[in-house]
Amino acid sequence: MSAAQTLAVMIVDDETPARLRLHDLLADLAPEMPNAVVAEAADGMLALAAIEGLAVDVALIDIRMPGMDGIELARHLTRLEHPPAVIFVTAYDGYAVEAFELNAVDYLVKPVRAQRLLAALQKARHSRPAAPQVLAGLQQGARSHLSCQERGRLLLIPLAEILYLKAELKYVTARTASREYLLDESLTHLEEEFAERFIRLHRSALVAKDAIIGFERSAGDDAETQWHAVLRGVPEKLPVSRRQWPLVKSYAKQRG
Amino acid sequence: MPDFRNFGVMLRILLGVNLLAFCAALMQSAGVSDWLQHYVDMAAWVQPLLIFNLSLLALCGDLLRRLAPWVGQALVLVAAAASAAELVDFWRFMGFDDGGWQRLSRAALLSGMAAAVMLFYFALRARAFSPALAEARLQALTARIRPHFLFNSLNAVLSLIRAEPRRAETALEELAELFRALMRDHRDLLPLADEIALCRQYLNLEKLRLGDRLNVEWGVVDIPDDLKVPPLLLQPLLENAVYYGIEPSNEPGTVRIRFARKGNELHIGLANPCPAGGGAAGGNHMAIANIRERLALYYDLEARLETKEVELKDGRREYRVRIVLPCGRAKL
Repeated sequence: MSAAQTLAVMIVDDETPARLRLHDLLADLAPEMPNAVVAEAADGMLALAAIEGLAVDVALIDIRMPGMDGIELARHLTRLEHPPAVIFVTAYDGYAVEAFELNAVDYLVKPVRAQRLLAALQKARHSRPAAPQVLAGLQQGARSHLSCQERGRLLLIPLAEILYLKAELKYVTARTASREYLLDESLTHLEEEFAERFIRLHRSALVAKDAIIGFERSAGDDAETQWHAVLRGVPEKLPVSRRQWPLVKSYAKQRG
Repeated sequence: MPDFRNFGVMLRILLGVNLLAFCAALMQSAGVSDWLQHYVDMAAWVQPLLIFNLSLLALCGDLLRRLAPWVGQALVLVAAAASAAELVDFWRFMGFDDGGWQRLSRAALLSGMAAAVMLFYFALRARAFSPALAEARLQALTARIRPHFLFNSLNAVLSLIRAEPRRAETALEELAELFRALMRDHRDLLPLADEIALCRQYLNLEKLRLGDRLNVEWGVVDIPDDLKVPPLLLQPLLENAVYYGIEPSNEPGTVRIRFARKGNELHIGLANPCPAGGGAAGGNHMAIANIRERLALYYDLEARLETKEVELKDGRREYRVRIVLPCGRAKL
């Protein structure tokens, strides 16, 4: 990208005045840094919908937003074919600011000053987007969605719809009632992040606790009994390893 | 000298003296089995005396507080001793007691001693909660506004300056008023009308940022003009309501505030929606604990603060805070 080229900017903030202000500032900076606001959104979900089919160079993202927060949005954006450089904007968040400093992630504090914004845009133009692992480290709590790329499109999978996650060779698949998705994530990290929601059945499968509707003993005539979990909404049954069985069973018992 | 009209003080005297009687009963009894019987016998003496003296103190409390502390304390001791002696004499007259000089002095001494123990306890307590300490505590507890709110508001005002300079002016004036209130000396009670005005200014500023997402319903009925409340009692609660109830949600939400006077009590109710996935409100508990402690410093046991989460008929959840204050007097 040459220096004279116009920078395509996306603004994501749930507060209208905050978006207006960034708009004004970007307009002021246009002579020094040619730019155009190509998309605006009031939260993470809308932003992901808005960015589809657009080439965005820089995303200015508020951190505290309803629904999907700014950090989760940035994590999903890294899965795009041409992810935009992300600059976080925050009013005041001691924790986040400290983490940004540590990881050299660019951020602006509200009220944003024109000169700071200019410097951040110049930097963003030449630097690579923050790595997904760095963003993962910034997130407090778990994501609300998982995302994957399919034929150039970014798909969002609401966590509540995922019945189980299964590791297969290089990939992890997420199963919902309607279909399967290929994820570029590790099962171990998923297990850590969503420990409240999923329980491990065997080495390569995590199942949503509320998706289990019962257990079945396999009708084999060998001495070792094998248990399978029966899931809501899908025909396949998942085997439970002997090592995990006591844990899974005690969980099923306490739930009644 | 404690405020003998305060319910907390009365309760402490009642419990304290009964505890003393309980100990005395144990000493008199041969074993644990007749302990209760001794206590019941004693109660016939202790309770009438207590009630008489508590009423006397409540009536003369203001007078006692105007005297030098030692004069006041001496008067309390004399009253306790004299009333005990009088009761013994009355029982003799009714034929329940043999009377006599010996009985009379014994009762007076016991009652005087019990009064002395209680006075000593209140003196110790007053020292532990001395005004200087209480004031420092109040200053520390009076909630400071969230930096989050300040910077977001400034940002919103900045965004208005070009498009709507007049609204920006009003907003800055309101912000200035809010900070004037925050930097005031926080010890004295303030008229409720002032606190309500402050809350309205605060909510106007939040509305600037949040627009249609924030709705507010006020219910102010029959509130006397001269009613006074601790400063910044409601603003921190409203700030919580917005931070935890409105901001985390895409949907518009309503914060409701109701005031009602019931007898000699002021009831304040606040309600805000609990958005799904809003998560546990850790900071919220801190603000609530903070206000609860301030209420205790101002009113002892006569004020209370309750919180609860209720499920509405349509399945949504709502967080409610209720504060009950005595109208009028506070300890400090």
